Order: sequence, then structure tokens, then C-alpha cells
Amino acid sequence: MSGDELWYWLFGRLDAKALPFVRAYDHPVLSEFIGAGAGAMVVIGAVGVVALLTYMRWWRPLFLDWLTSLDHKKIGVMYVVIAGVMLTRALIEAVLMRTQQSLAINAPGIVAPEHFAQLFSTHGTIMIFFMAMPFLTGLINYVVPLQIGARDVAFPLLNSISLMLTAGGAGLVMISLAIGEFSTGGWSGYPPYTGKAFQPGVGPDYWIWAVTLTSLGTTFSGLNFAATIYKKRCPGMHLMRMPLFSWTALCTSILMIFAMPPLTLATALLALDRYADFHFFTNDLGGNMMNYVNLFWLFGHPEVYIIVLPAFGVYSEVISAFSSKELYGYTSLVLATMAIGVLSFTVWLHHFFTMGQSANINAVFGIATMTIGIPTGVKVYDWIWTMFRGEVRFTTQMLFSLAFIVTFVLGGFSGILLAVPPIDYVVHNTVFLVAHFHNVIIPGTLFGMIAGYQYWFPKAFGFRLVEGWGKISFVCWVVGFYLAFMPLYVLGLGGMARRSQALFEPDYRPWLIVAVVGAFLLLTALATLFVQLVVSVRERERNRVPVGDPWDARSLEWSVSAPPPEYNFATIPQVGRRDAFYWRKAARGAYKPADHYRDITVPKNSWVGPFVGLGGAACGFGLVWHIWWMTILGFAGVWITVVVRSFVRDTHRVIPAAEVEATDRRWLDQAASAHPIPRRLEESPENFGLAEPFPAPVPA
Amino acid sequence: MSAPQLRHVGLNLRGSDLIEPSEAAIGIYGFWIFLMSDAVLFALLFAIYGTQLSATAGAPGPQAEFKIGPAFIETLLLLTSSLTFGLASIAMKYDRTRTGLVVLLCFTLVLGLAFLGFELNDFQTMFANGATPDRSGFLSAFFALVPTHGLHVTAGCIWIAVMLVQIGVFGLDDRVKLNLLRLGLFWHFLDIIWIGIFSVVYLQGILR
Repeated sequence: MSGDELWYWLFGRLDAKALPFVRAYDHPVLSEFIGAGAGAMVVIGAVGVVALLTYMRWWRPLFLDWLTSLDHKKIGVMYVVIAGVMLTRALIEAVLMRTQQSLAINAPGIVAPEHFAQLFSTHGTIMIFFMAMPFLTGLINYVVPLQIGARDVAFPLLNSISLMLTAGGAGLVMISLAIGEFSTGGWSGYPPYTGKAFQPGVGPDYWIWAVTLTSLGTTFSGLNFAATIYKKRCPGMHLMRMPLFSWTALCTSILMIFAMPPLTLATALLALDRYADFHFFTNDLGGNMMNYVNLFWLFGHPEVYIIVLPAFGVYSEVISAFSSKELYGYTSLVLATMAIGVLSFTVWLHHFFTMGQSANINAVFGIATMTIGIPTGVKVYDWIWTMFRGEVRFTTQMLFSLAFIVTFVLGGFSGILLAVPPIDYVVHNTVFLVAHFHNVIIPGTLFGMIAGYQYWFPKAFGFRLVEGWGKISFVCWVVGFYLAFMPLYVLGLGGMARRSQALFEPDYRPWLIVAVVGAFLLLTALATLFVQLVVSVRERERNRVPVGDPWDARSLEWSVSAPPPEYNFATIPQVGRRDAFYWRKAARGAYKPADHYRDITVPKNSWVGPFVGLGGAACGFGLVWHIWWMTILGFAGVWITVVVRSFVRDTHRVIPAAEVEATDRRWLDQAASAHPIPRRLEESPENFGLAEPFPAPVPA
Repeated sequence: MSAPQLRHVGLNLRGSDLIEPSEAAIGIYGFWIFLMSDAVLFALLFAIYGTQLSATAGAPGPQAEFKIGPAFIETLLLLTSSLTFGLASIAMKYDRTRTGLVVLLCFTLVLGLAFLGFELNDFQTMFANGATPDRSGFLSAFFALVPTHGLHVTAGCIWIAVMLVQIGVFGLDDRVKLNLLRLGLFWHFLDIIWIGIFSVVYLQGILR
């Protein structure tokens, strides 16, 4: 075996040129330096985390308390952490792209075309698959079992596997910064451009395997949540008594079950094209790229609702809680949610009106698209009516909800415009489209996720986030959003093509400068969100809410301590009507000890999830670089882990009734000693998590 | 009052004291959902195959390559294996000894392996004739659809082997029973997919 062969056997097609640092040394230009800087940030970040964990002696707790945990609450928190890290990276990329476009008017700007294409590809891929999806999966994970009165999800181990597969995919995207390069084919990865003929390098392979891992993880998540919601509700929790967030979680889960397979298949077939010379999407020998486009959007359109619906659920909870009113039009909200879920499978073709179908087909899909506006409109009115004559408090969560209503309606209008095929032909592939989908996804997903994070944070960690920084962050997010994206509508109508690395029309300049200011403001908004977190952790003693109900909210997750015990409920609750906890409080029936306590069985921690995630990521990395031993090792590792696990019988441990009772009574004592606070003192340190029911119950 | 019966969306077992009904129900239900998701995958593979039927690009097409004989034998093997698995499930429910169950599972495994042998032989013949997936869109679609089913059968065979070992190690404990119920669903599901493949791919390809 020669040296080259040995190298290939060991490291595949990895070579020194794969490192951005070497590339920057060979070609010392700004674009390469930026790439090397980004790679360095990943390396430094990784080293920093390792150093911190070692210095703080956090390795054991990291693995034993968190990574191997099967507790849905911890898994939920870990999902949100992934989303936060990935959001940071993708937002920095967005700022870089806006900067480039504002500078590159008849000028080269700061990043080269290839680099720019990688930026928009990773930005989109991350924002959808590794920001929006983990964020909403995290919230669903944390909240839904608590809301429906369950002790955990239906399949706790599968939950951990889902998380680790998603983490593995996110890891691949991060590694691509430091080793190799990413796809230049956009987040949708259309072949034949992402085929071997045009991109023989590793870029599209990183995209394929990162997306495949998270796609599998999401399929399992959907399955898990659906089984949880259908089968694990507590006695009396009929479907039509579930809080609306659980309804949207159910709808999203159903969409995941049906919409993720097309994506898995699209990436798998593209991989066959690239690795085994198949001809699904090639230009020659009978390949047909339209099959890819159909598969991708068969996933891609339901995906829009996968990420939007949970945010609708959050808004429903937040608006109801901070208006101190029951949700207006509950039934219509449920029906609208499910209608959106069904309709979402009937509109995928509007993503490619210009790709040669007949006008009639376009018309059918255009009309179907506009139809979705109807249930969405129903929801908007329901939220407005919920606030009507309510005791509305303008907390951070509520402000995000209000900004959402206004902004999302605007985005919806531009969507109705785009649903008209002739108009779509005119603005197709311009930044008008970019403005539109950011205008729906940012308020419709990101604001919702931030609102949900602010809303449930006290439940998860036992203290509230500080309001001041929250409001500053809110202003930055909203103003930043409008500055960054409203100009794109103008530019799009002016004919500016999306994904342009360089521009040649000086009249675009003022609008692009406004947009880049907006982008920087959005980055500031994210920074202030982190500042809020740090400040809140520091001031946690002032903002403790251990009794667990800081907002006088209505659903079951608020009926337990903050943070909740591992088993959620000391005794499984019984539910007689909607808003169960609210009515229990009104009848003075909350915070009462159980008649008798029982032993509770909880799943033991397991290493299966981390092993499967690591194996999946190793398999993906091996495939990207053609390191076949690593591929085989990773793949075999995953399956061996699963088979070995099936032989483990000691999977549960019992928490004795006495311990459950002691914990519960300790919490009840806290509740008894706390002073119930009215809504106007909600944001003061006096809020210990015990609410004075509003409106105050009439004495009998 | 008799104890509540074990009712879930799988084969209901006697002796409901062994598995807590709600746990069993959830375990089986989740697997149904998984199969639904898997069914979507196959539906799409069928759809792709349909669109690529005429994309032979000068390479061998269906009439030249598909042979009814082996395909029919494969069908018989897989259908019979479904029968033996069904009998195995009944044996699990009614037979107090484990012999019937184990013997029938072994039969199923042998039939599954025989199916895979015939299928691999088919592929080998096609490869020898130059009908390889890199030749045309049609052959690509064929070699995505049919081997995906084959891979599922392979996974099913490995699963049967694992379950045989588990029966040996644990006897018929709750989790072994639950897993056998799930495996049964999986195996019958693959049978249904194969009926689709036999009708849509082989029969249609030969009769056209």
C-alpha cells in the first residue's frame, strides 16, 4: 500500500486544504480570513467549553444529569440550548450577508461568491432545521406532558435518541465550518446543481447527512409526541379539554410523521445520485430533477406549518394568561389548527409556480394557498377577542404576541400576493420572496419561541427572567425586523434577485443600508436576550417563584412546583373541564396534599441516546469525507447499541412514596407560607409564584 | 366483575396480568405510527418509480429484465412467511410451551432468508445483463424501491434472530411479548409492500 492509499484508507479525501486556516494562508484575502475566523470560532468555542467543563468539574453532571437523562424536561431544555447556539451562528451569517450586499454595489465587497453561497445555504439550513425545529421540539417536550397531566412522553428513550440525532446533525453543520466547506446549493439543495457533476466536493454531502440525521430525529419526535398526546392524557383530559399549545403540538406531530419521510427520501436519493451514480435528478440518462422539487416541497410546505403552529399555541397560552381570560373561541382555534394541518399538504406546488406546469394547475394550487388564509384569519380574530376587556398586562411575552399579530398579518398579505401565480411570475426569485418568508417565519416562529421561552422559563428554572432586558430585547427584535425586511419588499419589487453576491444598481444602496442596520439591530436583540439570561441568573434570588404559578395561568403545568419534580405530578391529576388549574384555584382546591401517595416508577438514565447520536454523526462524517471505516463503525455502532439495549431489563427505578410525599409537602408548605399576589405586583420580587385568583372569586 | 381485558391495536394476549394494558397499548400504538411513516416512504418510492417508468434511456427496460418465475416464488415465500408469523403469534397466545412459537419463528426466518436469496439472485442476474442503476432513471428507481423493501426484510430477519435469542434468555417476559407483537406488525407490513411491488413493478412490467 502506498502512502496515498494509506492516507485515503484512513482519512478519505480529507487533506490540508480542507482546513480554512490553510486556505487563508494560501490565499490571504479577506473572504478566506472571514472563513478562517469562523472556523477558529468553532475551534475556540469547543476548546472553551471543554476547558470550562473541566475547570468547573462539570463533566460528571453533564453526562449523568443531562446527556443521559430521559426526563422530557431536561431533553426539552437541551433542545432549546441547541437552538440558541445555532441561532447565534445563523444570525451572524445573516449580518455578514447583509453587510456584503450593502457593500458590493459595483464593488467586490468582503466575501467571495462561493463563500457567500455557503453563507445563505448554512443560514437557511440552520434556521429551519437547527434553530426553529429544535426550539419548538424543546418547548413541546418540556410543556406538553405537563399540560396533559402525564409523567413523561410515551417513549422516553426514543426521545433521547431524537435529541441526539438532531445534535449530531447540528454537530456536522458546525464541523463543516472548521473542516471542509458547506453546500452552495441553498437550504433546499436543488439538484442537479447539488449533484456530483456540478459540486463534486464535500459541501452538499455535509448538507445531505446533517439534514438526514435531523429528519430522522424529527420523525421519531413526531411519533413520540403523537403517541404521548393520544395515549398519555390524565383522566378527564378529553381532547377538547387540552390547552391549545397541546393541540398545536399534536397537529405539528402529525405533520412531522407525514412530512419528514419525503425529506428523508429526497436526501437519500440525492445521496444515491452522488455516491452510487444513480440517475434520479441528473440531467442525463432519464434523471428528472422535478421529482426532487416535488419531494422537497412535499416536505417543505407542511414544514412551514410544523414550525408555525407551535408558535400559534404559545401565543394562545400567553394571550389568555396575560389577559386573565379564557381563550376566546377555543373550538374554532382547534378547528382552524387542524384545517391548517390538512391544507398544508395541498399547496406545495406554489413553491415552484414558474417551473412549467399548466396555468390550470397553478390556479388550483394558488387558490388552495389562499384558502389557508381563512383559518389563520380566524385565529387572529380569536386572539384579539381574547384580549378584549381582559386584564391585559404588557409583559415581554405579551409584547411579542402583539408584535406577532400585526407583523404576521402583514406577512400573510404578501403571501396572498405571492399565491397569485401571475404575480409570482413577476417577483419570483427576487428578495420580495425573501422579505415575505422572513415576515411570516420571524413573527410566526421565532417571536413565538422567544415568547414561549420567556413564558415557561420560570416554570423550568424556578425564577423569572428580568423584564427590563426583556423589553429592550423586544424593541430591538421588532424594530430590527422591520428595518431589515421592509426594504427587501421594495428592492424585490425593484427587481433585485435573491442570493446575489454582487449588485450593479446604485439605486438599491439606500434600502440595502437600512436593511444592514436592521440586521445589526437583530444581532443586538439576540445579544440582549443573552444579557437578560445572565442578569436573570445573577438576580435569581429576587425573582424566585418556587410555588410555580407566577402568571395566574390556567393549565396544569402551572399546578406544580417550579421547577417541577422529576415525575411532574405527585399524584396524577383528574380533570373535569377546560382550564382545569384555573377552576381548581377558583374553588380553593389547589395546593392540597393528596389522600395518599404511591411509589412512582421513572426511567433510568441511558447512554443509548448519546451513543446513537455519536454513531450517526460519525457515520455522516465518514460519508462526507469517504472515510469508509468510520462510516461502517458509526452505522454498526448505532445498531449494536440498539440491539444491546433490547437486552437490558433493568431500565426503571422507583421513587418511594415517602420521598414523593416529603417533596410534595415541602412544596405545599412553601405555598402555604407564600403571600398570594394580585396581577399588578406580577413583576415585583413579591411574586413568589402564588397568584391571587383574578377575578377574585365571589364569596358564597 | 372480571378484570379489564387487555385491549390494544395489536394481537390481544391472554393473561393480561403480564403486561399492563395501557403500557402495551402505547407501545403498539407508537409502532403503528412508525409504520404509517414508513408507508409514506414506500408510497413516495412507488410514485417515483411510476414517473421513471419510461426513463429507460436506452438501458434494459422492464420487459427484458423482469422474470415472472423468480418474482412469483419470492411472493410465495414471503406470503408463506407471513402465515408462519401469524401462526407464531397465535402460538404465543395459546401455546403454554414455547416450542411452537420458536419453531414457527425459525420457519419465518428461513423463509425470509430464502426470499432474500432469490431477490439477490435476481439483482445479480440483472447486473450481469448490464441492468445497473447507473444506466438509467428507470433502473435507478427500481434499485431504490425494491432493495429498500429488501433492506427492510433484512432488518426483519435480524430482528427475528434477536428475538429468538431473547426468548432463550428471558423466556416470554413482557418486553419480549411486546416486541414480538411489533415485529409481527412489521413483518406483515413488509408483506403488503411486497404485494404492491409484485403488482406494480413485476406484473405491470411484464404485461406491458
